[in-house]
Amino acid sequence: MNTGKVTIDGQVVEINGAKNILELARRVGIEIPTFCYHSELSVYGACRLCMVEVEKMGLVASCSTAPVDGMVIHTNTARVRRLRRMIIELLLANHDRECPTCSKSTTCKLQKLAKQFGVTKVRFGKRDKQLPIDESAPSIIKDPNKCILCGDCVRVCKEVQGIGVWDFAFRGSETQVSTAFNKKLSDVACVNCGQCVAVCPTGALTVKSEVDKAWEAIHDPEKTVIVQIAPAVRVALGEEFGLDSRDVTGKMVAALKKIGVDKVFDTLFGADMTTIEESMEFMHRLKNGGKLPLFTSCCPAWIKYCEQTHADMLKNLSSCRSPQQMFGSMVKKHYARKIGKKPEDVICISIMPCTAKKFEARRPEFTTGGVPDVDVVLTTVELAQMIKEAGIIFDELKPVGFDNPLGMGSGSALIFGASGGVAESVVRFVAGYTGGEEVGRVDFYPVRGIKGIKEAEIEVEGNTIKIAVVNGLANAERLIQRIKNGEAFYHIVEVMSCPGGCVGGGGQPGVNDTAARVKRIKEIYSLDAVNQVHKAQDNIYVNKILEDWFGGPASSGTHNDLHTKYTPRKRISGKPIDINNAEKGGSVQVSVCVGTGCYLRGSYDIMNKFAELIKQMGLEGHVDLNGTFCLEQCDKGVSIKVDDEIITGVTEENVEQIFKSHVAIKVDLAVNS
Amino acid sequence: MESPQRKFQKLQQIIDKYEGKASQLIPILQEVQEEYRYLPEEVLTYIATAMKLPPATVFGVATFYAQFSLIPKGKYVIRICDGTACHVRGSELINQAVRKELNLQDNQSTTEDLQFTVERVSCLGACGLAPVVTVNDTEVYGQMTPEEILAVVKKLREEG
Repeated sequence: MNTGKVTIDGQVVEINGAKNILELARRVGIEIPTFCYHSELSVYGACRLCMVEVEKMGLVASCSTAPVDGMVIHTNTARVRRLRRMIIELLLANHDRECPTCSKSTTCKLQKLAKQFGVTKVRFGKRDKQLPIDESAPSIIKDPNKCILCGDCVRVCKEVQGIGVWDFAFRGSETQVSTAFNKKLSDVACVNCGQCVAVCPTGALTVKSEVDKAWEAIHDPEKTVIVQIAPAVRVALGEEFGLDSRDVTGKMVAALKKIGVDKVFDTLFGADMTTIEESMEFMHRLKNGGKLPLFTSCCPAWIKYCEQTHADMLKNLSSCRSPQQMFGSMVKKHYARKIGKKPEDVICISIMPCTAKKFEARRPEFTTGGVPDVDVVLTTVELAQMIKEAGIIFDELKPVGFDNPLGMGSGSALIFGASGGVAESVVRFVAGYTGGEEVGRVDFYPVRGIKGIKEAEIEVEGNTIKIAVVNGLANAERLIQRIKNGEAFYHIVEVMSCPGGCVGGGGQPGVNDTAARVKRIKEIYSLDAVNQVHKAQDNIYVNKILEDWFGGPASSGTHNDLHTKYTPRKRISGKPIDINNAEKGGSVQVSVCVGTGCYLRGSYDIMNKFAELIKQMGLEGHVDLNGTFCLEQCDKGVSIKVDDEIITGVTEENVEQIFKSHVAIKVDLAVNS
Repeated sequence: MESPQRKFQKLQQIIDKYEGKASQLIPILQEVQEEYRYLPEEVLTYIATAMKLPPATVFGVATFYAQFSLIPKGKYVIRICDGTACHVRGSELINQAVRKELNLQDNQSTTEDLQFTVERVSCLGACGLAPVVTVNDTEVYGQMTPEEILAVVKKLREEG
């Protein structure tokens, strides 16, 4: 451990293991400005804003300089201040300065630091080139004209989520943060988690707003507007109104009523249904030798990741829809009928801490007869904006309760908002299910907290159930690799994409860092501690509605409306690799998949075999062969496509036979006709 | 011309030769570019897949270095030096002459028929021969003039 003493601005400070000068200065109450330093990410040292003067060393970047015994450090000299101003001025010169109309205005770090350091004018004119804005994705908008190249998004996507959607491309003054081949965000492996938005210091990455869609529905007299609110929203919304990470449930409901929505319900209701359905599914799998581990399915970013990366594990995913989609399905298919409305005249708005929920709501399987189960998804920040827009003084609101019957939720549902919450809810349910009334409160501490990978065990009817809880997709990937290598086995794995779980979602207010997330988690568990309804099965309204509307839990009714299926999904769009002829024109088109799943199973060899067979049988000119990226059948072995037909499970053994029966025969037919 | 299948097999061999190590991405890209004469998008995606790297990272490396090209290059790559010595001895006139002859528009560096690519380079290290032009990095022409470069182009055209 790094030890010794340094002097910072005249104060003698123990190093005590500090990794860099910046962290050490923070410990003694000195905030050194930075764009690119995040304690959770690797040190990059790009923005140079954190420069300090060290005696006998001169100017150094405090984020990437380790304190050494005896160092004398000055953080506030004339030279340092002049330098900081200059850096900010230069960044501003290359930044689209449309502050009043930028959605990051007032939360933008560049704006904040420009004010803090008294940068009142920019001497260098404006950007001379406008790059196109990417609005293709359902959740995230990228405006490269506001990017300051700090690389925070690049690192969070690579290091925390293990995906690497973003990277630096081109060079020098042309440098950009870009997707692969500058493709649209909707065409690459982005899972819409919004962590890049959460770390972006400027308006370069922002959340796509659906506020106008929400207002339109609210102002339409023909529509009944129903709102559902996720657990993590209530402990973070207050931050937008200067109230810290405190529970504001009552005020939030009151504000929504003032805004003019018809019913304010709680996603907690959907979460309790999820707990019951998922626990029953787990018990069923356990007893009948079903696929284990069971992966939770509440997190839409995780689901997309799994579909893209682990198609062979889709059967391990719980078939349960997420609480948002269970709720939406229940509202459109049952509640609408109950209040005598057509599904299309009931608008379901969900308020989420999450940006990926916007994507989830648009998944085609969650639309019935052209009517989406969830019409509008707003983030916590978007709700705050609507409240401000409506002129409501949030702090003065008198708390109001949720509407009935879909407004009641248990403590188990509340903790869905924190990493470990879904696993603990299942534990509570199973404990009550197998142990009966006398079980009482079950608090399961091992799965709580912000740690990336947590493990625990419980006893259920003589079986030891192993549980793993992960947050951050890079952690999920590590765990999956261990499971696939046989190094670990679990019965249940809870996965949340965002660090800390939903409380740290991409739609939460800034500052959305570890400290803020820890505070929100704490508040969630203190709300759970005082909730009288502890376990999902203690929620009498949920039990009643499961019986009355669906014919009981784990029934065909719930199966139709509350469960779903998953499909393999390609990671990147693009054209195929030409294999046998640049001049196309053969009568049969054959594509062999060379996407990751098939590549690892040897599709390269199969491709060569096909090319050989074409030559051997003299079919050159009749068959066009190419390599394509993903036919979205990744769970079924190497896939090929012959004209419009997809054939899966191609192996070295059956390749010749498949070629004869599916390819050669078509050429014969075409030649003879 | 080499068949696409040969090229594809070569691509996999190059990746295998370097054991798909991320640290070897640059030599892999260099050798693959020699095969394809440029780095097609689908080939870069294949490299990323085979090397288990995000495609964005491979794209980032391929766009960072001037030696890599993501658009097809001509059969003959004419590099006109624009280092200080070549510049003061009139390399720009040579550039203009050859671009005019090949009918290249403002941002265009390769002819429509994929025969010629014209590039400027900062220094070829042969300042004593300024102005210097190379063709495909194999032939070096010293003390060029606008007239002589046109003769070179004519010769290359005749070679087809």
